[in-house]
Amino acid sequence: MYKIVKKKELNPTVTFMSVEAPLVAKKAKAGQFIIFRAKEDSERIPLTIAGYDREKGTVDIIFQIVGAGTEILNSLNEGDFIHDFVGPLGKATEIEGLKKVAVVGGGVGCAIAYPVAKALHEQGAEVTSIVGFRSEDLIILKDEFEAVSSKYILMTDDGSAGEKGLVTTPLDELLKSGEEFDEVIAIGPLIMMKFVVATTKKYDVKTVVSMNPIMVDGTGMCGGCRLTVGGETKFACVDGPDFDGFLVDFDEAMSRGAVYKPFEQKAREETCNLLKQG
Amino acid sequence: MPNMSMNKNPMPAQEPDVRNKNFDEVTLGYTKEMAIDEAGRCLNCKNKPCVTGCPVQINIPEFIAKVAEGDFEGAYQVINESSSLPAVCGRVCPQETQCESKCVRGIKGEPVAIGRLERFVADYHNANCKEAAKKPESNGHKVAVIGSGPSGLACASDLAKKGYEVTVFEALHVAGGVLAYGIPEFRLPKAIVQKEVDGLKELGVKIETNVVIGKTISIDELMKDYGFESVFIGSGAGLPRFMRIPGENLNGVYSANEFLTRINLMKAYKEDSSTPIKRPQKTVVVGGGNVAMDAARCAKRLGSDVTIVYRRSMEELPARAEEVEHAMEEGIKFELLTNPLEVVGEDGWVKSIHCQKMELSEPDESGRRRPVALGGQFTDIECDCMIMSIGTSPNPLIKDTTEGLDTESFGGIKADEVGATSKPGVYAGGDAVTGAATVILAMGAGKKAAAAIDEYLA
Repeated sequence: MYKIVKKKELNPTVTFMSVEAPLVAKKAKAGQFIIFRAKEDSERIPLTIAGYDREKGTVDIIFQIVGAGTEILNSLNEGDFIHDFVGPLGKATEIEGLKKVAVVGGGVGCAIAYPVAKALHEQGAEVTSIVGFRSEDLIILKDEFEAVSSKYILMTDDGSAGEKGLVTTPLDELLKSGEEFDEVIAIGPLIMMKFVVATTKKYDVKTVVSMNPIMVDGTGMCGGCRLTVGGETKFACVDGPDFDGFLVDFDEAMSRGAVYKPFEQKAREETCNLLKQG
Repeated sequence: MPNMSMNKNPMPAQEPDVRNKNFDEVTLGYTKEMAIDEAGRCLNCKNKPCVTGCPVQINIPEFIAKVAEGDFEGAYQVINESSSLPAVCGRVCPQETQCESKCVRGIKGEPVAIGRLERFVADYHNANCKEAAKKPESNGHKVAVIGSGPSGLACASDLAKKGYEVTVFEALHVAGGVLAYGIPEFRLPKAIVQKEVDGLKELGVKIETNVVIGKTISIDELMKDYGFESVFIGSGAGLPRFMRIPGENLNGVYSANEFLTRINLMKAYKEDSSTPIKRPQKTVVVGGGNVAMDAARCAKRLGSDVTIVYRRSMEELPARAEEVEHAMEEGIKFELLTNPLEVVGEDGWVKSIHCQKMELSEPDESGRRRPVALGGQFTDIECDCMIMSIGTSPNPLIKDTTEGLDTESFGGIKADEVGATSKPGVYAGGDAVTGAATVILAMGAGKKAAAAIDEYLA
């Protein structure tokens, strides 16, 4: 059982939690993930690590309430316990030697783009952060990003904050104007990462994406998280979650990501009703 | 005077048409009367050929003699000297190729139903013996066991009985390994697995779930920072193989591991489960092993029409005869001498499997006749779910994070006959060493390693 020591609503659909998990905190690195089960009969759900404190023995997670599992997690409060919390899983983001990087985050993906930006900043790299949200009320981690970025570019779909438009617009402009990044790291919805890659490909700038497919065990056992990368099948849980964006088959990943859509919809509605009654 | 009936007492079972719609245990177990009657068929041979067929050398004639006397608890104690998981092994061991294949009664007629008797004795003990096992006095030595599958449980049990302070580390949220995530409820009820795990706890074994050795803690850390003097690796062969044919990543295509894990570990067969699974109309299972039978029978119970596609013929099916019989009784079809070439999809979902028809040629190195393509003959099988059950490989998490641990080219950890690896103090056994095999072989390896660890630390 893993105690929730802090809970904060970042926006109406995104929650921050700091969880007591000393063994995970001791080993966690930016880019790795954990798998949780909120309660005894809950689904196993992977979440990329948003931060950690090795001394306090806590691991931070930031999650969007998208289905039954995250709905139940969100129903827990400070002092409550998460039933299962295992990790750190997957490989850490490789940032060694990078000096100038564009970190592109979309929506709740910013929660995991931030620790990468922070780690880059801490090793002395120059970080340009380009983050996108649907609208102003969904913005998360603005101050945090600004603190570790030499440039912070905020985009919203509706123009309610920052510039109106998609993250690919300023990215394209920067690359066109001759900015030379060692690497672009993109973390967000599949469709965003697909278009970031389409943008950077034109300039041949190495682009790393963080994949978040459906998983069960997270240790390579089920193969549910498989992706096609460079024509080969890879398991996101053990070979990733980071991959060379130029090689990822995003269309297949999007199709696979939607496999349980009807089930998830129904499960969430039922859970919502249950939580309301409770 | 022994019971000279040529046949085993038949095993009571749910009717095929009933059981293929539920996940309750298929076979119901002998009654006391049946057990005593069956035990009477044993000739109590002096040279005990059956024992030579048992990977853990259970004193079979002795326990059967106790059953014949009606001393069921006494029989349990005999088995317990050699086996730590009798309720499991009585259900899932391939007795027909082990103990029962050596039984003298099998020369004319059927061998003694040793497996059924083992199960009866273990179930009798579990139902009637309420006494908790006594925790032995600690000898002060700490041993870590990685993985709570059959090899890990057997190793932990033997070491704990000798007074070692044993901690078992399990990556998943429940203990049992393949007994929990792989073998279905209808063949091995999870309550039985839990009972075995609880028994270990009574012996003082600590079970730490949600710890992935190689990720959460490394083997070197276990030995340097956590004070474990020896480590046993029983991490199994959990990595599923795929066929590397086009269309394998279409929706509706599962590894048997994923399909079974969703059903067994996450209880996706229950209507109120929070873990989703495709409830297929028509399923194709590729492969002919026990896992393929399990996956096929699970799909059947979810309401699907099921076909097993296997590239060799019925004779070469590697699954236990009993599993194949049960599958056939339950209405599972077999498409033999057939090898998938491509998974054909529509809107991202599997729609059919394009297959090559095969014929058998000369035996290969495994001794089985090699299947070769039957020129120009193809077949297409429609389905909305495909389950790949063509084997698994050892999980690389430990090998990738442990320096000085030598492995074979297929990924198995190199270990000698008692389980010693290239790393001092580190032992390994079960599927992590051999690649996918059986529960009882893994148990045997765990026991051998426990004895070797005891010698190493003595």
